[in-house]
Amino acid sequence: MLKEVSTPERTGALRTDAKLAEEGFLTDDFVRQLISVGEIDILVGLPTHNNAKTISSVVAAIQSGILQSFSRDRAAIIDADAGSRDGTPDLVVSASIDDVRRRDSNRFALRTLHSISMQYGSSPARGIAFRTILSAAELLRPRASAVFSPDSTSIQPDWLRSLLKPVSTEGFDLVLPTYTRHKFDGLLVTNLLYPVTRALYGLRIREPYASEFAFSSRLGSQFLSENSWNDETAREGCEVRFTVAAIAGGFRIGQVYLGAKDPLDRSAADLVPALRQTIGVLFGSMESNLSVWTNKTGSQPITTIGADQQFALEPRRINRKRLLDMFRAGVAELDSVFQSILAPSTLAELRGIARLEEEDFRYSGELWVKTVYEFAVAHHKAVINRDHIIQALAPLFRGRALTFLLENRTASAAAVEEHIENLCLEFERLKPYLLELWKDRE
Amino acid sequence: MREMIVSELTRAMQELVKDFARFLPRLIVFVIIAFAGWVIAYLLKLIARSILRLIKFDKLSENAGASQLLAKAALPPSSELLSRLVFWMAWLGFILLGINALGIFGLQEHISRFFLFLPRLFAALFIMFVGLLAASFFSRATLLAAVNGNLPSPRLLSISVRAVIVVFVISMFFEELGIADQTVLVAFGIVFGAVMLGLAIAFGAGGKELAQRFLEHKLVHANGDDKNEDELSPL
Repeated sequence: MLKEVSTPERTGALRTDAKLAEEGFLTDDFVRQLISVGEIDILVGLPTHNNAKTISSVVAAIQSGILQSFSRDRAAIIDADAGSRDGTPDLVVSASIDDVRRRDSNRFALRTLHSISMQYGSSPARGIAFRTILSAAELLRPRASAVFSPDSTSIQPDWLRSLLKPVSTEGFDLVLPTYTRHKFDGLLVTNLLYPVTRALYGLRIREPYASEFAFSSRLGSQFLSENSWNDETAREGCEVRFTVAAIAGGFRIGQVYLGAKDPLDRSAADLVPALRQTIGVLFGSMESNLSVWTNKTGSQPITTIGADQQFALEPRRINRKRLLDMFRAGVAELDSVFQSILAPSTLAELRGIARLEEEDFRYSGELWVKTVYEFAVAHHKAVINRDHIIQALAPLFRGRALTFLLENRTASAAAVEEHIENLCLEFERLKPYLLELWKDRE
Repeated sequence: MREMIVSELTRAMQELVKDFARFLPRLIVFVIIAFAGWVIAYLLKLIARSILRLIKFDKLSENAGASQLLAKAALPPSSELLSRLVFWMAWLGFILLGINALGIFGLQEHISRFFLFLPRLFAALFIMFVGLLAASFFSRATLLAAVNGNLPSPRLLSISVRAVIVVFVISMFFEELGIADQTVLVAFGIVFGAVMLGLAIAFGAGGKELAQRFLEHKLVHANGDDKNEDELSPL
């Protein structure tokens, strides 16, 4: 499906790269529409699939952000759609910036805002959606591009400025967000993805898997050309792959505080896909970036614009018994799988803590770090099917999540931050253990 | 009389020598073929072993669960076993060629049958290996999915999947070899039917309450009645 709601303002000098169309990835119509748009200053990408409930407010926030901060800039919204059946693409391309102007401000956009939608397939694949957005950016050569989550309920107009300005005016190549989140939201990020990324690559990036981020054309072009898009695994978890590519390529990375972020509508049942898209990709990146991460020790902060990560502390009921039961079931039932992955001493300790009652239960930081590193090496060595290794991590993560819940039940924001920091330091301290295992397995 | 005996003995000896002289070149050919065959078979063994190590066949075998079976039977690792199999198959083939060169009546038909059987044997072994690999993969996938889905009796589910695949593979193995294929087919039908019937009865009778709880749990969740406690949002 291809629609364009606005007449192109001008068709200026354009770096026409018809290679993408020749390869058959972008449709001819889509390329034609992009060429007719001409060069732009700001590009906003939306990877959509059946987001009719939220997309209008997201697009309105983006348009409002353009009016507030980029009214003199040429801008385009690119909707990479996975075959929505609820009219999402229509809502994107038919949203008029004039409605936003009448409602929110008296500012006028001095340039036309283009909205183009392309259906890339019939089922969601975030990698392909991201490739579509990168390809559009490759053709339109914006000064800065951003990707926003189409199901966000907390997006604010000023997020656009916060993410794009550092790229367009301050020379950053990748700007990632930090948020105010509930202390028990995003436990996969705080207990696994952030500490592992930090220990491996030496940069304190709070949200390596971001649903909102901005990037430069330089980084986008390099990632587009170097990433192996035909590889099925490269199509998922592109956010983490993008972050790692920016680190490995020595690009300038920053993070910016956006504000409160509502938790996405994801349940514990989505843990395995989340693990695949985050830690699975991170483990996979270790092989191709061996020379980058093996030489790093410790970690450095990156430029943070605005406040650091914040935590909301309101009480929340969480089914701790279920977490403990699933951890115990995992340790008991997956023993044969863990024997292929974990060191005997680590497995023995896990069996030990699986026998503990909830009040005594503690999956220590050190044991968790050893577990994760042994999983990373098993993944590298492919001791069993790699996807099975990632799936086997899920029940153990539940055990670690339970420990985090118990440790921080009444903790202040500072104490939560301290616990996360201590875990990160534990990952950094035990990095030689990872290197030793890696060499042994080699 | 004595002269006759001597003459007959001499003639018999001459015939024997003649026959031996006629047979000797064939015997030498046999020995040469057998020796050359041994050398070639040994080289094939070394090549097979190198290739199998290169493709990490032992790890594949371990994943398939074949290594554990071999260890229990006090057999060498699978790459070593397979390279030895290559050696013996090749050398046996050369020995049979040599026997064929000896020209012993009646053996040639058996030898040609043996050579016709070889491809089927390899195909059957291949089916068995791939089948064990598939059984291991799918049983582990079932186990992980059941554990992460918080389903009851994950190991039972996993073992059931493995058992069904292994029974199926064994029936294919024997069918490929052509050994009592009718018997195997009937046996497979009986075993498969029995397993399915057993599972149905077990689930219907023994697991009535379990099924009820499971369905209630699912329906309650589907109706959104269980909203007292939040789930964790991993990302």
